[in-house]
Amino acid sequence: MPKILTRERLVPNLHLLEVHAPEVAGKCRPGQFIIVMPDEKGERVPLSIADWNIERGSVTAVFLVVGTTTRKLAALAAGDEIPVFVGPLGRPSEIASFGTVVLVAGCFGIGALWPVARALKAANNRVIALIDAKAEYLVYWKDRYRSVCDRVLFSSRDHALGSRDFVPAPLERILEAEAPVARVIAVGCTYLMYASAQATRPLGVKTTVSLNPIMVDGTGMCGACRCTAEGKTKFACVDGPDFDGHQVDWDELFMRRKSYFDDEIKSLCRYEETELP
Amino acid sequence: MADEKKELAPELKEKLKAEFEKDWRKEQRKSVPAKERMKISRQKMPERPAGVRNRDFKEVNIGLTPEMAQAEARRCLDCANPQCVSGCPVSIDIPSFVKLIEKGEFLAAAWKLKETNSLPAICGRVCPQETQCEEVCAMRKASGVPVAIGNLERFASDFERLSGSMRIPPLPPPSGKKVAVIGAGPAGLTVAGDLAKLGHAVTVFEALHEAGGVLIYGIPEFRLPKAILKAEVDYLKRLGVAVRTSFVVGMTATIDDLRNEGYEAFFVGSGAGLPNFMKIPGENLVGVYSANEYLTRVNLMRAYDFPAYDTPVFKARTAAVIGGGNVAMDSVRTAKRLGAERAVIVYRRSRMEMPARTEEIHHAEEEGIEFQLLTTPLRYFGDEHGRVRAMECQKMGLGEPDASGRRRPVPIEGSEYTIDVDLVVCAIGQSPNPLIPQTTPGLKMGKWGNIEVDWTTMATSLPGVYAGGDIIRGGATVILAMGDARIAAAQIDKYLRR
Repeated sequence: MPKILTRERLVPNLHLLEVHAPEVAGKCRPGQFIIVMPDEKGERVPLSIADWNIERGSVTAVFLVVGTTTRKLAALAAGDEIPVFVGPLGRPSEIASFGTVVLVAGCFGIGALWPVARALKAANNRVIALIDAKAEYLVYWKDRYRSVCDRVLFSSRDHALGSRDFVPAPLERILEAEAPVARVIAVGCTYLMYASAQATRPLGVKTTVSLNPIMVDGTGMCGACRCTAEGKTKFACVDGPDFDGHQVDWDELFMRRKSYFDDEIKSLCRYEETELP
Repeated sequence: MADEKKELAPELKEKLKAEFEKDWRKEQRKSVPAKERMKISRQKMPERPAGVRNRDFKEVNIGLTPEMAQAEARRCLDCANPQCVSGCPVSIDIPSFVKLIEKGEFLAAAWKLKETNSLPAICGRVCPQETQCEEVCAMRKASGVPVAIGNLERFASDFERLSGSMRIPPLPPPSGKKVAVIGAGPAGLTVAGDLAKLGHAVTVFEALHEAGGVLIYGIPEFRLPKAILKAEVDYLKRLGVAVRTSFVVGMTATIDDLRNEGYEAFFVGSGAGLPNFMKIPGENLVGVYSANEYLTRVNLMRAYDFPAYDTPVFKARTAAVIGGGNVAMDSVRTAKRLGAERAVIVYRRSRMEMPARTEEIHHAEEEGIEFQLLTTPLRYFGDEHGRVRAMECQKMGLGEPDASGRRRPVPIEGSEYTIDVDLVVCAIGQSPNPLIPQTTPGLKMGKWGNIEVDWTTMATSLPGVYAGGDIIRGGATVILAMGDARIAAAQIDKYLRR
């Protein structure tokens, strides 16, 4: 079973998981994900790949603690083994010389967009990052972004790092100042991606989002992750996870993500009452 | 496509003849006159009562007792030219194993099965014998009721497993050749067993976290207990087969990567892992599942034991399952077991055209499953949370036969009606999984997304790469996949020794 090399809290509720998985590490591309199962009774959940290191043979993911599975993951420690760490899955993000690219990152997406930022810079783009968080203390990997991006901007509700507004306003300001922007790539919570796509729609700036529906197998077998994009049903695991944000049926995605809301609470109660370490 | 009932190879005919002429077989034949054999009635498979079993996931069939198995075996006339063998996609020496049961040599019967079939306890449970070996059985022609070959296969292999002494056949010296098998489903496991017995070093790569493919994620516990599958996989491991789970060939490594690691031959048995939908309005509502997702949640992820297991599944008051095949029957009976008051099959043709096994349809009826035949869904309606709440259906009539030879369903205008449902499972078939084709340059594909093979050898367009099962057929059966696998294994052996 794959062994955990690092498991640490980056900021409150957001954790880093680095797992020894040399074969997976050798194949990772920006924008892909892995499926993990924290223990034998766990659920299979997708996590975006936030980094990899071929020498260490390791793959890193950043995840937000939400339900039972992510709580179980957050309770693991370096040296522990996890039964499932499979991937890389999904189509890699498109990386090319686009010109100016604006990245909008929030939550686990700050981790998920890091390999994309690095690859876009290596492909000679002007890379602007807009990192959003509720408060300054929830922002991580600032230095990583500053090391490859041409500009790094922040927006947080506590006004500590610059803009206080949530997307769209800060994004609109960047699009104006940096025009022409060839592409926006937004990764984070569904609402952040939705709001980014709404902001760029009137300007016609191509906006890519990394969809995060519920998955089971992650290889196209079950269809749990189906979403509507370009007017057709797509499987996020094999057709995505990246899609054109202007072509996504967001209402359907919000709705399907909430499918098991009641069960998730029931599961969490059971976990907290019986298993919480 | 390859013929399901093929002409036997001359070597096999010779071998069967030699077995037929052995002294013990002659004595066995003489011991009971054919007339007496024909008077014995078919032993009914003992089952758990419908009203009990439809509330749990324990196995429906209990299995024959030794006395019943011997009585059933006695019905076999031991024909000089046994048709049953040609009815079997993997050409099991059926008369020999049946007569060994009659003689009371149950372990020897199990070993005889394993000469040609690495997974007999599974085949004895899930094969459609009524359209294969039992359909051409001479007893069927003579008396209308064939020998229960499937039940006997199950009996012998269960006897061996329960005896606690699963025998490992003598293995030849290692050939030094590495073979990669992609997918640990029925086809992959069969190839792995055959090639290990020929001395090759076989690694099976499986994307999911448990081996078995459709046998673990699809076929429910009440039809194929996981412990049986585990025992069969353990047997393969004892033959020297390595199983690497959570390894997605195409993503974790491509076929070319594996070639660079020293694998010389490949078998692709990656299955029909891409569920079909009808593309009708409301199909993405919450509570509308593909059969693959529904069954995977319940079987592989053990959602029937939620919240002890973390994966949830919707429990319904009224569950509608769209389709008439075995997967539809598995889904609808699962919904019933998870507490549905009404569990309904919605199928667009009539009972006669249903592709499910007669036994499964019969079991479903006993368990209180409703059938709305000649009916098709038109759209689904949801509530304010996007949960499915109702479906609009339309009645169908039957027109002229279509390409499949079955009469084509024709919509009846004005027959639309709505029923309340809170769970829908779409079991209308699957397409081949695209991961291997997409990541293997030069692999020739058919128009349905299937891998193209030479049906006599199972060879693909790439040297050393063979394929079988649903990745070449679309949705078919466990035993047809295993039949492909046996041909492929023999050819891979030939290729490796060329």
